[in-house]
Amino acid sequence: MYFQLGWRNIWRNPRRTTVILLAIIIGVWSMIFLGALMRGMIEDMVENGISTMTGEIQVHHKGYRDDPVIENSMPDPKVVETTLNNILPTGSLWTARVRVNAIASNARHSMAVTLVGIDPVREAKVSFIGEAVNKGRFLKSDDKFGIIVGKALLEKFETKLGHKIILMSQDTNQEIASRSFRIIGVFRTEMESTEKQFAFVTIPAAQQMLKLKDAISEVSIILPEHKDVNKVTVSLREALPPAYEVQTWRELLPILNAYLEIFNGFSFLWYVVVFVAMGFGIVNTTLMAVFERIREFGLFKALGMKPWWIIKEVLTESFFLLVIGMAIGNILGFLSVFALSENGIDLSSLAAGAEFAGISRVIYPAILSRDVVLANLVVFVLGLLVSIYPAVKAAKFTPVEALAHT
Amino acid sequence: MNIVECTDIKKTYRQGKVEVKALNGVTLSVEKGAFVALAGPSGSGKTTMLNIIGGLDLADSGRVIMDGNVLGNMTQSELANLRLRDIGFVFQAYNLIPVLSALENVEFVMLLQGVPQAERRERAKAILDDVGLEGKYNRRPAELSGGQQQRVAVARAIVSAPSIVLADEPTANLDSSTGKGLLEMMKQMNEKKNATFIFSTHDKMVMDYARRLVLIRDGLVADDQVRKK
Repeated sequence: MYFQLGWRNIWRNPRRTTVILLAIIIGVWSMIFLGALMRGMIEDMVENGISTMTGEIQVHHKGYRDDPVIENSMPDPKVVETTLNNILPTGSLWTARVRVNAIASNARHSMAVTLVGIDPVREAKVSFIGEAVNKGRFLKSDDKFGIIVGKALLEKFETKLGHKIILMSQDTNQEIASRSFRIIGVFRTEMESTEKQFAFVTIPAAQQMLKLKDAISEVSIILPEHKDVNKVTVSLREALPPAYEVQTWRELLPILNAYLEIFNGFSFLWYVVVFVAMGFGIVNTTLMAVFERIREFGLFKALGMKPWWIIKEVLTESFFLLVIGMAIGNILGFLSVFALSENGIDLSSLAAGAEFAGISRVIYPAILSRDVVLANLVVFVLGLLVSIYPAVKAAKFTPVEALAHT
Repeated sequence: MNIVECTDIKKTYRQGKVEVKALNGVTLSVEKGAFVALAGPSGSGKTTMLNIIGGLDLADSGRVIMDGNVLGNMTQSELANLRLRDIGFVFQAYNLIPVLSALENVEFVMLLQGVPQAERRERAKAILDDVGLEGKYNRRPAELSGGQQQRVAVARAIVSAPSIVLADEPTANLDSSTGKGLLEMMKQMNEKKNATFIFSTHDKMVMDYARRLVLIRDGLVADDQVRKK
């Protein structure tokens, strides 16, 4: 009965019903679509942060993070390797690196860079560099003097593939260590700062230059399906000796972590704002519908309908409005996201600002099922809640007053 | 046997600072199967009397016993149940539910009572046939004439075989021939099913049909005549 009455009652005034449906549709659509855009942006930031050398978990010598000098290297990488093989879940990827601040220079220019000694085979699966080389070639394990630099650095130095570049840093004897490398590959990324910051050589080349013997600076880890980061971190901390420290990407990238917190808070706020605007429309429409039918509610009571049944009847009308509005809003939201999924939104005009925040030039919307569920839950639950007031109002009319209403 | 017993009923309405004494000590009994008209000019208290008998309103003082139930001792929920099971209402303005068909309007009360669907449908159709609306089951109120709507309202009022039917100015919005047809129908219902009918009216035609005429004036019973069997 409630469904039949509720369905027919919402179409008594098709214009009013259409207006409130539009409000719900636009509300849900904006929640899903804008939520997907923001989610895509944040996922892009996280992906950029993780793939740009950070990984999901890193292992260092204690004190390295506060002072990333060569003295804080891990002298025996086998200790870490054994622990990783025991602790990491199947499907995890990890790679060792030597990482020091250095000066890169040629005849024309010099600038501070981060010299990164990598295991080319492992590194290619863990960070961006595996797929970023678009000129020349990637490093091979036995490259003694090959170096890969970024396109922006190449242009700044006014040099070319095949030319030489000098890297200078401090070795374990506190002496200046320098070495000439030949540019064998050039990498390209979304962010110019990354192209200028990193210069890649093989681990043996870096160790030889810095007189490190077998020491390494860090180990970077990617977990399968990006799950259980905290759990694995705790296990590694327990398993490794106290001389080592283990950090998650959230600890390594506190600004990015802060962005995530802000995003979650902003998302919630956005939902609340959208809903408040929509909620007023729902309450207003339902109240109007109730006041137009005062005599009818008086009749219901005269015939013996209990107040709770009247409340259910009015809530059923809101239920239909919400379900229809949500269904169409969801469809439009998904269609909009799908439409942008291939080409994304080009932020090139904001390139410098976007890069500062760690966002790529093109962002793609990303739908998470929990965002969609949350948006729909907010609309549905709060929509029914705000409808309680008009429903209770309808149930409170006394039959005599209501039937006398003109 | 009396189905309604009202003793010294008083009711006062407050309209702003003004007090209006609608009923000033009405004592009235109605026997089962009666066909009674409460007549009087506008503002005499007849509709108020009907509302109190039907449990739609409560008297300020006095006692009302409806089919053995003391209305003043009942909660709102109990009064709602009483109206649902024992009382049928016919209103001046028909008060049909506009989004339901004639059949669904008649079924509505039985639906609230929990009558199974098949039985509801069968009884509703039968009663609509009785009131002369055979074949018009699926018409919405907007598609029916005033007389037809009132017939649907009467059908709704009597379909669940209530102890008493309270009709408030049922012919007020009808032309005389339609009103007469309606009264004939209700008279037949009264005679066939022994349903008690109490009307409030200032329509002479209704008064002529009534077997008992109770004249209410200034909130009191001014006259009480048994007219005919």
